[in-house]
Amino acid sequence: MTVVTPHPDPVAPAPGVRPAPAARRRISLPGRDLLGVVPFFGFIVLFLAIPTLVVVIGAFTGDGGGFTLDNVSALGTSYILEAFGRSILLSAVTAAIGAVLGGLLAYALVTAKPDGVLRRVVTSASGVLAQFGGVTLAFAFVATIGLSGFVTVFLRDHLGVDIYAHGVWLFELPGLLLVYTYFQVPLMVIVFLPALDGIRPQWREAAESLGGSTWQYWRMVAMPLLAPPFLGSALLLFANAFSAYATAASLVSQGSPIIPLQIRGALTSEVILGQQNLGKAMALGMIVVVALVMWLYAVLQRRSTRWLG
Amino acid sequence: MTGTTSVAAAPGARDGARQGVTVRLESLHRRFGNTSALDGLDLELAPGELVALLGPSGCGKTTALRVLAGLEEADSGRVLVDGEDITNRPVNRRDMGMVFQAYSLFPHLTAQENVEFGLRLRGRPAAARRERAGNMLELVGIGAHADKYPHQLSGGQQQRVALARALAIQPRVLLLDEPLSALDAKVRVQLRDEIRRIQIEVGTTTLFVTHDQEEALAVADRVGVMRGGRLEQLGPPAEIYLRPASAFVADFVGLSNRLPGRVDAGTVEVLGATLPLVEPADAPSDPSVPVTALVRPEAVDVVADPDGSGRVLAASFLGPISRVTVAMPDETLVVAQVSSSRLADFAPGTPVRITLHPSPVALSR
Amino acid sequence: MAGVTRRRARRQRAFRWTIVTLLGIFFLLPLVAMLEFTTRGPNGTYTLETWKLLVDWGQLGETYPDLATGVANSFGQVLLTVALTLLLLVPTVVWVRLRLPRLRRVVEFLCLLPLTIPAIVLVVGLAPVYAWVTYFLGGSALTLTFAYTILVLPYAYRSIDAGLSAINVRTLAEASRSLGASWATVIWRVVLPNIRSAVLSAAFLTVALVLGEFTIASLLNRSNLQVAVNLLGKSSATMSVAVSLTALVLAFVLLMLLSLVGGGRRRTSLKETR
Repeated sequence: MTVVTPHPDPVAPAPGVRPAPAARRRISLPGRDLLGVVPFFGFIVLFLAIPTLVVVIGAFTGDGGGFTLDNVSALGTSYILEAFGRSILLSAVTAAIGAVLGGLLAYALVTAKPDGVLRRVVTSASGVLAQFGGVTLAFAFVATIGLSGFVTVFLRDHLGVDIYAHGVWLFELPGLLLVYTYFQVPLMVIVFLPALDGIRPQWREAAESLGGSTWQYWRMVAMPLLAPPFLGSALLLFANAFSAYATAASLVSQGSPIIPLQIRGALTSEVILGQQNLGKAMALGMIVVVALVMWLYAVLQRRSTRWLG
Repeated sequence: MTGTTSVAAAPGARDGARQGVTVRLESLHRRFGNTSALDGLDLELAPGELVALLGPSGCGKTTALRVLAGLEEADSGRVLVDGEDITNRPVNRRDMGMVFQAYSLFPHLTAQENVEFGLRLRGRPAAARRERAGNMLELVGIGAHADKYPHQLSGGQQQRVALARALAIQPRVLLLDEPLSALDAKVRVQLRDEIRRIQIEVGTTTLFVTHDQEEALAVADRVGVMRGGRLEQLGPPAEIYLRPASAFVADFVGLSNRLPGRVDAGTVEVLGATLPLVEPADAPSDPSVPVTALVRPEAVDVVADPDGSGRVLAASFLGPISRVTVAMPDETLVVAQVSSSRLADFAPGTPVRITLHPSPVALSR
Repeated sequence: MAGVTRRRARRQRAFRWTIVTLLGIFFLLPLVAMLEFTTRGPNGTYTLETWKLLVDWGQLGETYPDLATGVANSFGQVLLTVALTLLLLVPTVVWVRLRLPRLRRVVEFLCLLPLTIPAIVLVVGLAPVYAWVTYFLGGSALTLTFAYTILVLPYAYRSIDAGLSAINVRTLAEASRSLGASWATVIWRVVLPNIRSAVLSAAFLTVALVLGEFTIASLLNRSNLQVAVNLLGKSSATMSVAVSLTALVLAFVLLMLLSLVGGGRRRTSLKETR
């Protein structure tokens, strides 16, 4: 009776032959490889994880050191809620404006030569303006449309229009609206352009060969495909505006209309010690909002990468 | 070979599809900068016929198809469909179905919705759309996947959907732009036979562009070999293969041995055999000028012979047939085709004798 | 033979130039305004006083010592942050790709996390950590490097990750290992030269970010370019605007250079319009 091997193994010796010792497979120790990433993880723990924990734990720490919900519930105070409200309004409006204008500009770029001068110049300029510090921007706008700015003076002297007749709005929320748009539009261009690049020319050609007009192509193919990345990019713009600090810190010297400035107040306040933890609660609130927005963004990104590569 | 199927009477297809129409490309010229993509192309397709445009990349075959589709414009010349001059008609009013090489399915729609797309554009009611789309998906053999999205389908399946989508609108002309080039070899062979079967059943006049000569010969009623923007030869596959009109065609279609020879009064002397010429007029008048003759492997006989002058260099098993590479005393290599049952005779190093069939050969230019 | 495609191309071009021009005016206006602001002289004349002082660095340092400190600090921070980021990130990302693929998602998540934690929030939690940093390393502005590296992680990671994806690093590593290379050789001599443009891009992004950073520096009471300029704005408006304009233009030039150097190899989807 032949020896029956339960799992036929192509390299098993024929029955009756003394099996040669099987080659010993070296099981790679994950331990040694992990050593390679220790510096990175150590750094992350020290400068990212710990600060985050400080914020999260601090938000629930009372003045005496015990656990408390006072700080978090204090977020419901009217002036803080209003600050949150203004932050959200500012972010939403500038995100919307930035998304529309930036989207149009990105579309204009994608119709140009991919390696041409126009696209490269505008993309580089967008990279700079999207990233660059709020202080610079604040000063630029003061020089442009501040009390003695270029445009202000021009309008006053040549058109008799005094834009500050009803108050100096540049250093308040309306001013922030204008200035934020300046970096939201370029950010939209950077974030949305890859999605536009993912629109394959074959789709338009297929739609047209099937009898579709330009409008039908846009309505039935391009817009549904671009909707997720467009919304995702708008969400990114929202998160960006919500998190912004430097511009507001430079422009606004009186009061703290938005949350980041409230946090500044809490941090630099030497008056009440407990303000520190309130600041952490506000920071936690910010994390929650931004995390929510970024999560939605990630969900939309997945869909758009699946369709547009 | 399906290429020789007659289409004189295309059988009526399901769903009452139209009989094919005539298509005429007249003197098309198109320049891109310094290169001529189309250099006076004249082509006529009979109703229900499948013509394959074959050629190396850059020969203009894709440009020709895109001009016919309306996606590109010729600098001069006319495009006529069913007698009508549609040269200036925009692409979305030409009533042609097109299958692209890849990536043409709308990623946000299911297979069914993709196929229904053209019908939606024409305002067909939902029930009629669904029924027709369903029929089309069955026709191309992919009915079970109607609700899948393109990214859930394999390359071959996607192309089937693309074909169904193009046919759903009952186009007057079907255009296939290298539809199989992006697919695996096995899928390619399977799908090309199916495409041909469907095309015959539906009866639509079809233009099929490809760079794969085996594909062109297998599916077409007539094959047009293109080079430099013009047609080198147009004819049934057998004619292209057996009687190439030029050295380019002989070289491009099928495998050819390049053997040195001498011309003599309308024949060429190669490896001791005297063979007639396909183009006697092209032969140099001076018999002392050396020429290169193009000889097909199946026109070469090889027999094991201890006194033979050749030596087997290598032998490849290709399934039903095998190829044997023989080295001649003057270092020339000759590839011969043999039935695989004889392969054992040709171990490397075996001395062999080569004889050539008396069929006409072309000269390489 | 006027064709539809040519008409469409014309329409697109008109649209393109309209949009670019309109938005271009909006975006160039502040820059022009800055230039005008910095060249204002008494009684409506124009003068280059401010600019002459700006390029005379010795004099500049004397007149505005805080500015000089800020610039010097920023310079140091840029160098150190680029170095730390690349040293920390490149080996780690490559190593994870090659040897610890299961950790890839974790590393990616961690690197993109700073996008969710705004600088203003991070600085709240950094305060106690920096108390320790100050204790061990002193209160120099250069210690901000650590915080800046965190801030720049998402951008640097995305850049390097894209670069590694483009070169199919796994196959390269396997090929070189089978030829007998050690891991160090693989990283240093095989992978790195092939992701040069990605690394360069990450470096430039780091430079842009560090030069523009204000939040953390100001709230941790350290000096850098932006903090100094902000302070300067209270005493000398024109000089602060001049410095801002210069920094902006320099960053733009830097990024244009980057796009020229690494531009050809950008991973844009292949669009073949024959």
